[in-house]
Amino acid sequence: MQDAVRYMEVPGTVSEAKSARSDAAIRAEGLVRRFGSHAAVDGVDLAVRPGEIYGFLGPNGAGKSTVVRMLCTLLGPSEGSAWVAGRDVVREPQAVRIRIGVALQEAALDDLQTGRELLRLQGRLFGLTSVQIKQRIAEVLRVVDIGDAVDRRVGTYSGGMKRRLDLAMALIHNPEVLFLDEPTTGLDPASRATVWEEVTRLNHELGMTIFLTTQYLEEADVLAHRVGIINRGKLVTEGAPETLKRSIANDLLVADVVGYDDAEALTRLVRLPGVLSATREGTRIAVQALDGSAVLSPVAITLAETHLEVRSITIRTPSLDDVFMALTGDHIETPV
Amino acid sequence: MTTAAPTCTVIRGHAAGFWRDIVAVAGRALRQMRREPASFLPAVFIPAFFYVVNLGALGHVAEKGGLDYKAFLLPMAIAFAVTGVSRAPTLVTDIQSGYFDRLCLTPVRRLALLLGLMVADIVVIISLTIAVLSLGFAVGVRFSTGIGGVLVFIAFAALWGLVFTGFPYAVALKTGSPAAVNATFVVFFPFAFLTDAIIPRTDLTSWFSTVASYNPVTYLLGAQRSVIIGGWQSGALLEGLAALAGVGLVSMTMALVALRGRIRRGV
Repeated sequence: MQDAVRYMEVPGTVSEAKSARSDAAIRAEGLVRRFGSHAAVDGVDLAVRPGEIYGFLGPNGAGKSTVVRMLCTLLGPSEGSAWVAGRDVVREPQAVRIRIGVALQEAALDDLQTGRELLRLQGRLFGLTSVQIKQRIAEVLRVVDIGDAVDRRVGTYSGGMKRRLDLAMALIHNPEVLFLDEPTTGLDPASRATVWEEVTRLNHELGMTIFLTTQYLEEADVLAHRVGIINRGKLVTEGAPETLKRSIANDLLVADVVGYDDAEALTRLVRLPGVLSATREGTRIAVQALDGSAVLSPVAITLAETHLEVRSITIRTPSLDDVFMALTGDHIETPV
Repeated sequence: MTTAAPTCTVIRGHAAGFWRDIVAVAGRALRQMRREPASFLPAVFIPAFFYVVNLGALGHVAEKGGLDYKAFLLPMAIAFAVTGVSRAPTLVTDIQSGYFDRLCLTPVRRLALLLGLMVADIVVIISLTIAVLSLGFAVGVRFSTGIGGVLVFIAFAALWGLVFTGFPYAVALKTGSPAAVNATFVVFFPFAFLTDAIIPRTDLTSWFSTVASYNPVTYLLGAQRSVIIGGWQSGALLEGLAALAGVGLVSMTMALVALRGRIRRGV
C-alpha cells in the first residue's frame, strides 16, 4: 500500500500552483537527487510565492532536508532545476546564497564564541561593514529574543537558545527567503512556541518568504499558508492545510448518548442543513458534516428533543496526518 | 521649496571579498585558540623537553669535535614545535557539527575557508618558534647572521609549519574524521627522524645518510643551521627553499583537491 503513492489534485491547487510558478520566490522543476542508485528526491516540482510560509511536511527520511540542501546550494541536484529568489541554484549559487538565510536541522554553532561574535562573523562574511553589522545585530535581536545571553559563550546556551541564535544568524543580512529545516525538532513546548511566534512575526512584519520543513503536523498546520507533503522523495500533494484536510474528509461529530430510541433522531439529524450522514455505533451517534462547529448546536438540540440523553459531544476534524494516511497508507511519525 | 524625503536604506548582504573572507575566518580561529590554550601548549613543552634532554645526553660528546651542539640542535626543536600545528581538528569538528555547512551557506570564497585557518596557523607557528627560540637564546645560542638571520630562521620555520598543515587539512576535508587527522602526525616521524636532526650528517651511517639525503627536512634544518652557525650561505638557503616548495606542492595540492571534493559532494 505504501508504494502506491497517489498524487491528489486538490481543487484549485493546480491552477494556483501554475500561476505561482511564474513569479515564485522558490521554484523547483523535476528535482532529483540520487545517492548511488537510491533516489532520495525523485522529481519534485514546487513553487512558493513571495511572502508565503510554505510548510514541507513528511516523515523521517522522506527527502525534506535533501530538497532544502539543494535549494540552498549545499548539494547539487542529479537532475532538474531550481530557482531561489529568481536565481538558478546551480548556475548562480553565489547570488542565491546572498539572498537566502538558512537555519539547518541542527543548530550548528561554535561553542567557544559568544553569540555576538558569531553574529559579527556572519555579518562580515556577508560583506557588511562594522556599522551595518552593529545596526543589523540590534534589529535582529529585536525580532529574535536572545536577551543578555548574546554576550555569553554559545557553549552555555540551552537548545532553544541555540536555535534562536541560529535563526538570528540566518537573518543578519536581511535575506529575501528564509529556509528553516525542522526548526523546533527536539525543543520543549515552550521553546517551540517561541520559535513559532518568531517565524510568524518575520513573515507578518517583514513579509519574508519562509520555507519550513517539519515533522510536526501541528507546526505545519499553524504556521504554513500552504503545505507540501513529501514521502519517499516524491511530493504527494500540496495546498492550503484546510483545503487539503477538506479534500479527504469532513468533520465528524461523535455524540455519546444514553437511550435506545434513535430512529427518529437519526432521521431528523440527516435533515439538518450541513449534515451529510448520521449513524449509530453502540452508544455513539456519528454525524458527518461539512462544518462541525456550525452544526454542533442543531445536533445537540435535535438529540435532546428526541429524548436521548447526551453525555458528551466531540468534534473531530481531519488532520494533515489523515491526509498523509489517505495518500500513502501510512502515518507521519511525529517525534516525541 | 523642496524637502528631501528621509531615506531608509535596507542593508543587504553581498560577497565580502577574498581578503576580508580570509581575515574573518582567521579571526574566528585565533579567538578559538586563545580560549583553548591547551590545544597548542604541548607544542611548546614537548620540543623544549627534547631539546634540553638531547643537549644534556649528547652535548658533551657532540661538542668534543668542536660542534656548537646547542645551535645545531635548535632547528630540530623548532621543527618539532611547529610540525602538525593546525586547525584541522577544529575543521573536523565544524564538519561534524554542521558549522562548516553554515559557512558554506554564506558567500565566502571556499578557498578562504582553508586559507583563513592557515593564516591563523602561521600566527601560532611564529609564536611557538619565538618561544622555543627564546629557550635557545637562554642556553647561549647566538646567530652568526644577526637579526636578519633570526628573521630568516623564523620564516623557514613558519613556511615549514605551513606546508605541513596541508596534510592534516587534506585528511580532515577528505574524511571528516578526528582519528584520521590525529594519525597524520605519523607522517612527521620519517620526516623528523630519518634526517640529521640530532647528529651531523657526516657522523651518520652511510645508509642512514643516503636516506637523509632524500628527506626534505634535512635541507630545511640545513638552511636554518646555516644562518645560526655558518653565516649567509645561499646554497643552503636555496636547498631549504626547494625542499619547502616540494613538500608544499604535494601537501597543498592534496588539501585543495580534498576541499574541492568536499564542496562538490555537498559538504
